[in-house]
Amino acid sequence: MTRYLLKRLFWMVPLLVGISLVSFLIMHLAPGDITTTEAGFNPKASEESRQKLRQLYHLDEPVLVQYGYWLKRMATLDFGTSFATHQRPVFLEKKDEQGNVSKGLIQEALPVTLLINVLSLGLIVVAALPLGVASALYQNRPPDRAITVFVFVGFAVPGFWLALMLMYWLGVVNSWLPISGLHSLNYEKMGLLAQWVDSAKHLAIPVFISALGGLAGISLFVKNGMLDVLHQDYITTARAKGLPENIVVYRHALRNAMLPLITLLGLSIPGLIGGSVIAESLFAIPGMGKLFYDAVMMRDFPVIMGILTIGAALTLIGNLLADIAYAWADPRVRRGVLH
Amino acid sequence: MRAFANPLARWGFAIIASILLLAVLAPAIAPFDPDAIDVKSILLPPSSSHWMGTDSLGRDVFSRMLFGARISLLVGFVAVGIATAIGVVLGAISGFYRGWVDVFVMRLVDVMLSIPTFFLILAVIAFLTPSIWNIMIVIGLTSWMGVTRLVRAEFLSLREREFVLSAQTLGAKNSRLIFRHLLPNSLTPIIVSFVLGVASAVLVESGLSFLGLGVQPPQASWGNILTDGKEYIQFAWWLSLFPGLAILLTVLGYNLLGEGLRDALDPRTTLSADS
Repeated sequence: MTRYLLKRLFWMVPLLVGISLVSFLIMHLAPGDITTTEAGFNPKASEESRQKLRQLYHLDEPVLVQYGYWLKRMATLDFGTSFATHQRPVFLEKKDEQGNVSKGLIQEALPVTLLINVLSLGLIVVAALPLGVASALYQNRPPDRAITVFVFVGFAVPGFWLALMLMYWLGVVNSWLPISGLHSLNYEKMGLLAQWVDSAKHLAIPVFISALGGLAGISLFVKNGMLDVLHQDYITTARAKGLPENIVVYRHALRNAMLPLITLLGLSIPGLIGGSVIAESLFAIPGMGKLFYDAVMMRDFPVIMGILTIGAALTLIGNLLADIAYAWADPRVRRGVLH
Repeated sequence: MRAFANPLARWGFAIIASILLLAVLAPAIAPFDPDAIDVKSILLPPSSSHWMGTDSLGRDVFSRMLFGARISLLVGFVAVGIATAIGVVLGAISGFYRGWVDVFVMRLVDVMLSIPTFFLILAVIAFLTPSIWNIMIVIGLTSWMGVTRLVRAEFLSLREREFVLSAQTLGAKNSRLIFRHLLPNSLTPIIVSFVLGVASAVLVESGLSFLGLGVQPPQASWGNILTDGKEYIQFAWWLSLFPGLAILLTVLGYNLLGEGLRDALDPRTTLSADS
């Protein structure tokens, strides 16, 4: 297991170098340099702020030196300070000379997005498993057909549009659910239980929206996995020796069908993080997605570059965790028989 | 054709063909000029003259929807065309030559996959100016990874098959092997992934346009009609209902067509479903 882990960690090094290169390239995509108006940089911006941007990324130095500085920024997780929001540090908090601490933008936004993503992943697993299993057990019968329709519609519905409709229907017409932010205004004065209910109400639609695509995909995946497994010899054996159907389905079949699910959930992380842009900016939730959207609208380059890098790092960590979980669940991988 | 025996593919084809037809004939069908502002008929509900109502500038929503269909199809096809071209070339090289080229290409795929795609697209757009051409290029340049893996896997397995080995033994050149034997046999999964790719490109484009970072007004796109819909959601339901349904139907059509083609043309998956 240790060897497997070390090997897996070692593979992350070329990926990190690649990510640093891709993000560096993006910064140099614009014709001229990023301070020119072709790059969408505010034409009214003063020469001073242009100068500051050039200084931040050492734009006056040779390209290789610039890349060196960019690597150093990534390695020390220091992405500079935001141009737009009162010069706040992009990632981690910093102390100035007077000892005032200013919180990092990503530092504050990250937990919110992580919470939404963890809840979405939870919802995906909890809902996709029974849907997929039911679909496989009732193949080509009404439950399967209904679930298939749900899967196709779930894939095709634009999340932002559904969010808008739900917002209107549940929030504006019926005012059952709040439609903006994470908490109500009187959150601080509520009891613990009331706070939980309040948060749950605020998060219900955003979590549902960000889970929907994955939910459709993973129920389809569970269905196909179950169909494959159910036709294998050991299932016939289990039935032949007289095990109750419940045990055959849930203990023998589902467990094996679920294995690849771990990897798939790991792979769905970048989609969830990226998808947070639309849900968070629609519902004014102060997470990474909204931070990123605001940064893009204001061309706040340090924040954009910081989030891009942190988002990629999160994906790598997610995939690593998925691989560890897979190795833990499958003894063949753990003992080095497979891979 | 075998593909049309499949009910999924038939439905998908019917949907896509009708939308294509509407898009092509848009200038002939559209009852109004899609950009004509009419201050006397602002935010009118659907009626016999304005089938889908009017927007906040009094423009006819039905006409704008028709022209929006053109944008959505254009962006979808061009973006996925770019992605497929990159993917086929990289995947073919990777799967045919193997060795260090393969390692390099696969690491590149891993790197691209580890950056959340929507972040990547938005970041690139932040450094460029949003325009329909930039959108197509950006979506194309950020969505070639799936096709690359697919073509590589096809090439790796086909390359070991007897008919390829015997062609090689008979002295066929690499270019002949690639273009006469390997590529034609990989065509089915490439077509399927193209069709499914258009579906997701349509979704991405509408999302970007909705956020104001895609197709810029006054040019009509389903996404930017929805932006208006969001603004006036309390007074004008028709502004958000119709474009949303159009996107849903289009994406559904491509997905049905793609899945149907896969079922019909790919004997391997058909076999596993029957067994």
